[in-house]
Amino acid sequence: MPEHAPVTITPYRDGPLLVRGPVQLEDMHGNPIPVGRETVALCRCGKSRIRPFCDGTHKVVRFRAPTGAEDGRG
Amino acid sequence: MLHAAPDTAQLREPVGTPAPRGELSAVLLGALSGPPFALPADLEIPGGDPLSDDDLHLALYLAYELHYRGVPGADERWEWDPSLLALRARLEERFERALVEAVPCDDPPVAPDEIDLALRGVAEADRGRSLSAYVEREATVEQVREFAVHRSAYQLKEADPHSWALPRLSGPPKAALVEIQADEYGGGRTERIHAELFARTLDALDLDSRYGAYLDRVPGVTLATVNLMSLFGLHRRLRGAIVGHLALFEMSSSVPNGRYARGLRRLGFGEDATAFFDEHVVADAVHEQVAAVDLAGGLVRQEPALAGDVLWGARVLAELERRWGDRVLDAWEAGATSLRRPLANAGA
Ligand code: FES
Ligand SMILES: [Fe+2]
Ligand SMILES: [Fe+2]
Repeated sequence: MPEHAPVTITPYRDGPLLVRGPVQLEDMHGNPIPVGRETVALCRCGKSRIRPFCDGTHKVVRFRAPTGAEDGRG
Repeated sequence: MLHAAPDTAQLREPVGTPAPRGELSAVLLGALSGPPFALPADLEIPGGDPLSDDDLHLALYLAYELHYRGVPGADERWEWDPSLLALRARLEERFERALVEAVPCDDPPVAPDEIDLALRGVAEADRGRSLSAYVEREATVEQVREFAVHRSAYQLKEADPHSWALPRLSGPPKAALVEIQADEYGGGRTERIHAELFARTLDALDLDSRYGAYLDRVPGVTLATVNLMSLFGLHRRLRGAIVGHLALFEMSSSVPNGRYARGLRRLGFGEDATAFFDEHVVADAVHEQVAAVDLAGGLVRQEPALAGDVLWGARVLAELERRWGDRVLDAWEAGATSLRRPLANAGA
């Protein structure tokens, strides 16, 4: 990915956030969390066994969330 | 059996000339060892179940292997020999007809934005017994080794059949497929190539990681799952089906691979054995989204008429995997081998 291209974060329907682009993932103490791939899936259902990464558990727990932003009124 | 750890810089040449499983594969194997000649146009196609017949699927597998890593001892000119291609077409026709009979192609039209939901429906309708749950909780070392031998027929060329689709796609679905395949091929790093990781698993299980080493042990029902991908991948008209196949494959991967890894750890295996499965938990959590939404959705957006083929390809994968899983579990529950011949014991 060329350096000027923005990093994108995409919430996939009922699934993880996919992060594309050169990012550094760190814990709250500043220690790097190795990513090791171009596109990463970050868990947003909270149930993964390998947080912050997604491990597919969102399907088992039937996690539901839209791909776009929620308005808080639903 | 002890096998030297593979040197990843070496050419992984296929090994072992397979044994025939019937008249057709005998004729074919005999022919392949010499220069091409016109195979008779009326060779009899085996009459067994076209979704699992040993003779049929070995012959088809060999015809396809000419396009992958080659068949040991075969004259390479057979790859594009018209009489061999004609035979392959007859085998494919028998196989494809049986697939359509087993899995009717009758999905109502699906909009591009809904294709990921429809694919999820296919995944959720899959009521097959869970091989991965069995491996996680109760499989023995011998059974886990058999499982790896079955899978070696595909995993040692993992991702290659879906790569045939690349030149057939353009724009967003092509980019999506590249995003997935780049990971499958280790992001350009040899030791991260998924097929190489699988070879490490075989080594850790004290199995022979050379390409083709276990072909004789793998039954037709397993070869059918591999031939399916080659059939879909090598025919442009089936590009919807290969995309649907990949999407469902990725969507039904993270959770089972987590179970396989836990099964291996339960049996005392370490990182060498589990790396392949651990990698797939993480990688396929990405791939399932990209495959369902960006690849399948992207293709159907360009070619709405392919929606049915995408779903059919996914359903056919589920059907053949179910038949394969049943065969393996039935054998294990009966205390028998799931292979055509049992493996020698580990360390023997
Ligand atoms: S979003 Fe996939 S496991 Fe949580
Ligand atoms: Fe993979
Ligand atoms: Fe994958």
